[in-house]
Amino acid sequence: MPNEQDIYEEHVLDHYEDPYHRGTLDTASHMHEGNNPLCGDRIVITLKLDDSGKVAEAWFEGEGCVISQASASMLIERMEGKTIEEVKAFTAEEMLELFGPKLTPNRQKCCLLSWKILQSALHSPIGEDGDSSAPSGPSLGEEQ
Amino acid sequence: MIVTTSPTNLDVAKIREDFPILGIRSASDRPLVYFDNAASTQRPTSVIEAMSRCYREYYSNVHRGIHTLSEASTQAYENARATVASFMNASSTNEVIFAAGTTAAINTVSRSWGDQNLSQGDVILLLISEHHANIVPWHQLAERVGCRVEFISVDEEFLIDDEAVASALRMHQPKLFAFGAASNTLGTEYPVKRWTRMAHDAGATVLIDAAQAAPHWKMDVQDWDADFIVFSGHKVCGPTGIGVLWGRESLLDSMPPFLGGGGMIQTVTTDGFTAHALPEKFEAGTPPIVEAIGLEAAIDYLTDVGMDNIHAHERLLGTRADAGLREINGVRVIGPTAEHKGGINSFVIDGVHAHDVSQFLDGQGVAVRAGHHCTMPLHHAIGVTATSRASCYFYNTVEEVDVFLQAVSDVRDRFAKTGRRRRSRSSRSNS
Ligand SMILES: Cc1ncc(COP(=O)(O)O)c(C=O)c1O
Repeated sequence: MPNEQDIYEEHVLDHYEDPYHRGTLDTASHMHEGNNPLCGDRIVITLKLDDSGKVAEAWFEGEGCVISQASASMLIERMEGKTIEEVKAFTAEEMLELFGPKLTPNRQKCCLLSWKILQSALHSPIGEDGDSSAPSGPSLGEEQ
Repeated sequence: MIVTTSPTNLDVAKIREDFPILGIRSASDRPLVYFDNAASTQRPTSVIEAMSRCYREYYSNVHRGIHTLSEASTQAYENARATVASFMNASSTNEVIFAAGTTAAINTVSRSWGDQNLSQGDVILLLISEHHANIVPWHQLAERVGCRVEFISVDEEFLIDDEAVASALRMHQPKLFAFGAASNTLGTEYPVKRWTRMAHDAGATVLIDAAQAAPHWKMDVQDWDADFIVFSGHKVCGPTGIGVLWGRESLLDSMPPFLGGGGMIQTVTTDGFTAHALPEKFEAGTPPIVEAIGLEAAIDYLTDVGMDNIHAHERLLGTRADAGLREINGVRVIGPTAEHKGGINSFVIDGVHAHDVSQFLDGQGVAVRAGHHCTMPLHHAIGVTATSRASCYFYNTVEEVDVFLQAVSDVRDRFAKTGRRRRSRSSRSNS
């Protein structure tokens, strides 16, 4: 079982204290907001997709634990510049690997929150009607 | 130094020997400090043994066979009902329905009594501090019949006074006032008897969610005089999968059955059915037989220890934890002052998320809950998304409270920002 020391690795804390692109993008073309029902944490991801089908810019905004915030920063940093297909092909397993330290199932939900929201954001253009809650990714499950 | 005798009447050291799990070491190889009792309690050996003995020696289905084993199981199951009835001071065993838990019991009331008695425009009044189990079934009822759900909020001290209840009753004229006897997040213990009388005077039916009361106080349903009272077995040192729906007999009699199936019928024909009398009417299917037997053993255990002793000891621990937390820099207690609470203390730490608090405490061997504790509307009203919650029970010690407090005071140092910089993409990719 991973212990507390292992999870809060240096590079995790680096991302937590100095996140990549935390904020919202005014010129975003896509956006999605989601929460982790386990703790109620919310994350908003804004994206600018360019004409060639690439993620030109990506930002995240939200409050949460070290794991949810650091993993969002890592994900956003990694995905910028990738094509939509590449982002879609980026699996949950790859996200956990990108994060690094091994996580228990409940903490994996913290780590996969932004990943799940990013996947939905790809399907959520701003300014079009209808709800932007395109289903994608695993259910995070409700707290008992 | 181990001082496990409490200034109250409990020999906690001796009690702890009855709970095998309290002797284990945590994942971090420290003694386990189990402070997540509001989520679920642990079981004494007597409960584990009672269930195991049934499976080994006399288990069979109940109310079915004429054979010896079935008679033995049926008798044990009905004895358990009688024990619950006397634990709650119910006037009849017909009023004690075994359900899967608090959640299942409230859903039964909502589906049966609610569908029968509420309609468009009617109001269900709740406290903002309710557990989702006492909110969602009413939202669902509102969707079905068009009634409305209203909430009484807490003041700046996290309290709800009589006047707030009185004025909500006046304003909304609710058909039902459903409230938790104690809040599983704030820890507040509410005046169940007084509020029940006020609600009755206003013409409302009263449901009390006693999930956080049954483990801690002596219940007296005749004195409380409510219409429905529910609780869960796993929070009173009993098994999971069982709980109790107590209802006033005349009310239960007038309600339609909720789940249909075997066990709850008098007769079935190709055209329909007639329902069995109470309590079987609300116990469709094979009931939680062994769980009922385990629950009886748990109640016997708690009764032996003494509910008044249990409550006094929890208050002692809860008060110490509350006072200690309030002294730690950056800690905010989410709940009223100790005199209003039992053994539950929720808190937030400046700049540190509840998950990280919980993870850190786990590393110190201390198990606390992190999140919204199934009280999202309350968290929203208070303006926090997640809190940490330490909940003591009678088998916890003063020393454990101190271990917990020390760990909490170390949390902020652990997560204090130190001006770290994220390494650039290129340098990190080959690390
Ligand atoms: C006040 C309160 N009500 C209801 C519940 C739900 O109980 P259960 O999950 O056993 O049905 C709980 C426990 O989580 C609780 O604390």
